[in-house]
Amino acid sequence: MTGRRVDVGGAWIDRSRPIGFTFEGRELTGFEGDTLASALLANGVDVVCRSPILGRPRGIVSAGVEESSAFVQLSEPWFEPIVAVTMVNLVDGLVATGRPGVGVLPIDPLPTKPTVHRHAHVEFLVVGSGEGWHPTVGEAVQRGDRVLLVEREPRFAAASPDGVTVLTNATALGLYDDGYAVVDERGPERDTLWHVRAGRVILATGAHERPIAFADDDRPGVMLAGAVARYIRDFGVLPGQRAVIFTTNDSTREVAQTLTDAGAEIPFVADVRLGWAVAGTEGETHVEVVHLVGPQGERRAVEADLVAVSGGCNPAAQLFRAIGGGLRYDEPLATYVPDESGPDWLEVVGAAAGIGLPPCAAYWYTPAEDLSTHFVDLQRDQTVQDVLDAVGRGLRSVEHVKRATYIGTAIDQGRTSGVLTAEIVNAALGWELGAQGPTNARPPYVPVPFSVLAGMDRGPTLLDPKRTTPIHAAHVERGAVFENVGQWLRPRYFPEFEEDMESAVARECLALRTAAGVLDASTLGKIEVVGPDAAVFLDRMYTNRMSNLAVGSIRYGFMLGLDGMVFDDGVAMRLADDRYLVTTTTGGAAAVLDRFEEWLQTEWPELRVFCTSVTEQWAVVAVGGPGARDIVASLGTDVDLAAEALPWMTWRAGTVAGVPCRVCRVSFHGELSYELHVSSWHGRHVWDAVVAAGAVPYGTEAMHVLRAEKGYVIVGQETDGTVTPDDLGMGWIVNPAKGDFVGKRSLVRTDPLRMDRKQLVALLPHDPAALVVEGAQLVGSADLPKPPVPMLGHVTSSYRSTILGRTFALAMLKDGRAMHGGTVWAASNGATIACEVASAVVYDAEDRRRDG
Amino acid sequence: MTADVRARSPLADRVAELATIGGELVPFLAQVDLRVDPAYAGLAPYPLPLEPDTAVDDGRRAALWLGPDEWLILGPPGGGAEIVGELEGAFASIDRSVVDVSANRVAIELNGPGRFDLLAHLCPLDLDPRVWTARRCAQTLLGRAQVILQERTDATGILVRPSFTDYLVDLLLAVHGAVGGVGA
Repeated sequence: MTGRRVDVGGAWIDRSRPIGFTFEGRELTGFEGDTLASALLANGVDVVCRSPILGRPRGIVSAGVEESSAFVQLSEPWFEPIVAVTMVNLVDGLVATGRPGVGVLPIDPLPTKPTVHRHAHVEFLVVGSGEGWHPTVGEAVQRGDRVLLVEREPRFAAASPDGVTVLTNATALGLYDDGYAVVDERGPERDTLWHVRAGRVILATGAHERPIAFADDDRPGVMLAGAVARYIRDFGVLPGQRAVIFTTNDSTREVAQTLTDAGAEIPFVADVRLGWAVAGTEGETHVEVVHLVGPQGERRAVEADLVAVSGGCNPAAQLFRAIGGGLRYDEPLATYVPDESGPDWLEVVGAAAGIGLPPCAAYWYTPAEDLSTHFVDLQRDQTVQDVLDAVGRGLRSVEHVKRATYIGTAIDQGRTSGVLTAEIVNAALGWELGAQGPTNARPPYVPVPFSVLAGMDRGPTLLDPKRTTPIHAAHVERGAVFENVGQWLRPRYFPEFEEDMESAVARECLALRTAAGVLDASTLGKIEVVGPDAAVFLDRMYTNRMSNLAVGSIRYGFMLGLDGMVFDDGVAMRLADDRYLVTTTTGGAAAVLDRFEEWLQTEWPELRVFCTSVTEQWAVVAVGGPGARDIVASLGTDVDLAAEALPWMTWRAGTVAGVPCRVCRVSFHGELSYELHVSSWHGRHVWDAVVAAGAVPYGTEAMHVLRAEKGYVIVGQETDGTVTPDDLGMGWIVNPAKGDFVGKRSLVRTDPLRMDRKQLVALLPHDPAALVVEGAQLVGSADLPKPPVPMLGHVTSSYRSTILGRTFALAMLKDGRAMHGGTVWAASNGATIACEVASAVVYDAEDRRRDG
Repeated sequence: MTADVRARSPLADRVAELATIGGELVPFLAQVDLRVDPAYAGLAPYPLPLEPDTAVDDGRRAALWLGPDEWLILGPPGGGAEIVGELEGAFASIDRSVVDVSANRVAIELNGPGRFDLLAHLCPLDLDPRVWTARRCAQTLLGRAQVILQERTDATGILVRPSFTDYLVDLLLAVHGAVGGVGA
C-alpha cells in the first residue's frame, strides 16, 4: 500500500490541517475536508471490508450516497453500526473498522450523538445543489420569500444568493404531502432532524453514475469514473497509476483528462460504442490485470491498477418517486427520467430531471459464458446470473426479482443496481428497453439512526411525559413507590420502615377499614357539562337517568359503546339546574370528552350544551374510613358532615381547612368517605392537613384491593370491550324506560341476551392463602384434560384481603351467577387452584359501613 | 389570591431553572373558559376576537380565540370569580358556558429574542415573526405537551396543564442545553 495523495486537485481539503484517525487498528492521517473514503484511498487502503455472503474483498466504488461496496462501523467519536465510508466526514480521533453487509448493535449502550428536532417553515425548499434552481430561487429571494437550501455534501456546490439559509451535511430523507420534508443534518457535535414545511420544493439532487457488470467487477480498484475524477479534483487523491476506462458515453473524456493531468497513464479506453468492453479483472486483493474484449471477440490483457467505469447516469429521482412521481424511459440517455406526474408543489430540475446528462449506449453487462461474478448489487453479493436465475424461476416483475434476490434492499437502495437489474430482466424476457423500470423508492433516502428519529424523546424524563398531580411532591417526600397509569404517575403504595409491597398494602387497607385513609384521586377526569339541555344530553350518554338528579346529589353511571359494551364509568354531580360535573376514569378523560363533543357536534347539534375539561382545575383528596368524619371535622369546616345532613351520594360546597371545597359523599371502598374537591392550587395544603390529622395515605394498589372487596369494577380491568352492564351484575344501572341512550339498541340484540355469557363473580380459593394469577383461565376440573381444554372464564383481579384474612379474586365466568357455591379451578402454568364461586361482593354486602 | 398562603403554584420550585432560559412563572393567572354562539360576541364586556388564532388584549382582560364558539379570558391573579361574574352578567339571556379554569393551566412567560428559536425545536407552528405576530395565539404542542401559546410584543405566553409542567420545563432545559444556549 502506498500513499496516493497528489499535488494537483484537492479543492475540498486543507493540507495544512492533518487529522489523525484509526482504521482496523492502524493509525492513519488524512486532512481536514476529507471523507473517510478519500482518506482511506489516500493512505492506500484497498480493502475496506469483506462482502457479506461470499467474503470477497471490497474497496471503494463511489464518492457518495450511491456507495454499494465499502462499509464500516464507527466506534469513535460516536457509535454507528454501519455506514458507507463515502458518507463519513473525517474528524480527529475517528475510529472505524470494516463492516460487511449488515450492522451489529453492541449489547452495552454506547454514546450516540445528541439529536434535536427542529421545525422550519419556508416558501421554497431546494434539495441538492445541482443545476437549474437559480432563476426560481433568485426571484423568490427578491420577493422576500424564505428559502432553505439543503445539501447532503459538506459543501454547497453552487454560489447561493444572499438571503437564503443553507444547510450542508443535510440529507432530505423524505418528502410527504403538502410540501412536508424531513431533513437529517449531521453536525460535528449534534444532529438535527428538520421538519420543513415548504410552499414549493425544488429537487436539484443531480444524478448517480451507474456501473457496467463484468467478471470480477467487484475487485478493489474498479470504480465509477466520475468518482475517480472527484477524488482527484476535490481531495487530491489519485486512486490508481494506470487506469483502464470502460464507458458507454463521452463523460469519461473529462475523467481521462483529469487522470492524465494528475500523472496517471491510461493504457486503454474500452468504449462499448466502438465495440470494446472490459471482460474481467485479475489481481490478489486489487486490480492488477484488466481483460478486454473487442468487436470481433478479440481478447487483450493490460496491466492496470484502476478501472474507471461509466455505464451512464441515472437521475437521482428517489424523492420524486416516493411522493408519487413516475418515471419514463429516455432512449438517448438509456435511463429513466421523471415524467410529468407528481404533486404540483414539486419541481425536478437539472440532472435530476435528466437535463444535461450524457447520451450513452444502452449497455448493461459484458456478455460471457460465466456470469456468476458479474456483480450487480455488491452489498447483497448478487450477480447477473442471480437475476437470470430469478427470471428462470418464472419471475417477471422487477419487484418480485427484488424480493427473490434482495437486490436493491441494501444501504444504497439500488442506486447503482436498479436500472441494471430492470434492463437485465427486460432483456431476458425479450421485452424492449424500458418495458419496466427500477423498483420503487421509499423514504428514508439514506439510512437514519433511530436516535435521530427519537430526538429529545428519550431517557427517563423525556421519553413520554410523566403527568403528576398537585400533591406529587408530598408523595415523593413520603417515599411513595409510583406506577404509571396512562401518562399519570400515581403512588402505588407508601412503604414505611422498608416494608415490601404486600405488607404496605395490607397496612394501608387495614387503616382504611378500621380508622382512616387518604387517597390522591386528582387524576380522575373531570368535565363540566353546562347548558339548558345538559340533563337531556347526559340521559343520552349514560345508561341511567341523570335528569332527575337533584342539585346537590351525585349518581354513579356507565357509558356504553354503540355495541352496548361498557366504555367508561364515573359519577355525575349536579351543580345547578343547567350544570353538571362528571368524572371519568383516569385513563378515559380525553376519550370521554372527545365522545361528548362528537355526539354533540355530529348527532345532536340542536342540544344547547357545552363541555369543558376541568380535570386539572380540581385536586381530589379522598378521605375514607370509619374515622373520616372526625378527620374532616378536625380540619375545620362549615359543612355539616352528619349522615343526615350530608347523606351518601350527595355533595355540599363550603370551606374545609380554610379553603373553598366541594365535599362529596362518594366512596370507592364502601367505608364512610368524603372526597374533598379543592382548587388544584390548594391540593397540597388540604392533603397535608388530612395527613397531619391522622389519615394514612394509601396508593392505587390498596385502592384496587378495597374496591374489589366491594365488587366495584374497574373499567379496563374487569371489562375489556366485550362486557355489558348485565355481565357485571349491574343490570339495575340500565334504565330502558327513560328514552334512548348510546348503546341501548345493542343491549337487546341476540348476543348480549344469550344465557352463557361470562358474568362477574368472586372466587374464594379453597386454600385461603393461595393467590390465583390475574389473567388465569378457569376450567372445570383439577386435572387439565388434553387440549383443547374447555375454558369457562378468566380471572380479572386477584388480591389478599387483610380485613377478610384470606385471598380472593374477581373473575368473568360463563353463566357465573348460576354457579354461586360451586367450584372452578384457576389454571396457570399447568397447575390449578380450586376456588369457590361467590357473589362479587365479598365484604359488607349490605352496605352497612358507608355512613360510618 | 396571591396572599393566599394555602395556595401553591405548580413550578414554584423551578423558577430559578426557568430563568436560565428566559422563562418566568406567572402564578395564579385568572383564566375563564367562555363558550357562546359567536353571533352574540358583541355582548361581551370586552372585544372577543372572531379571527381564528388571535387574541385581543385591552390591558385589563385578554380574550384568546380557542375555537369558533370558545374563548379563554385572562385577567390578573385572583380575578377568576370577577371575570365569571362579568360574563354571566353580559350573556345572562344567552345560552353560554362560563367556567373558571384558573387552576387548570399554568402560565409561563418566555422572554428574549431567542425564544422563537427555542420554541422552533418543539413546536410545529410557523413562529417566524413575520407570521407569528403579536396578537396571535394558538392551541398547539410543545414536544408532547398540549399548550396554548399567546404572542405579545415582548414575550410569548405559554399556558400548560399543571401535570405537564415538569415535563415541559425538563424539555425546554434539555433543548437549551443541547443547542448551546438557544433561548434566553
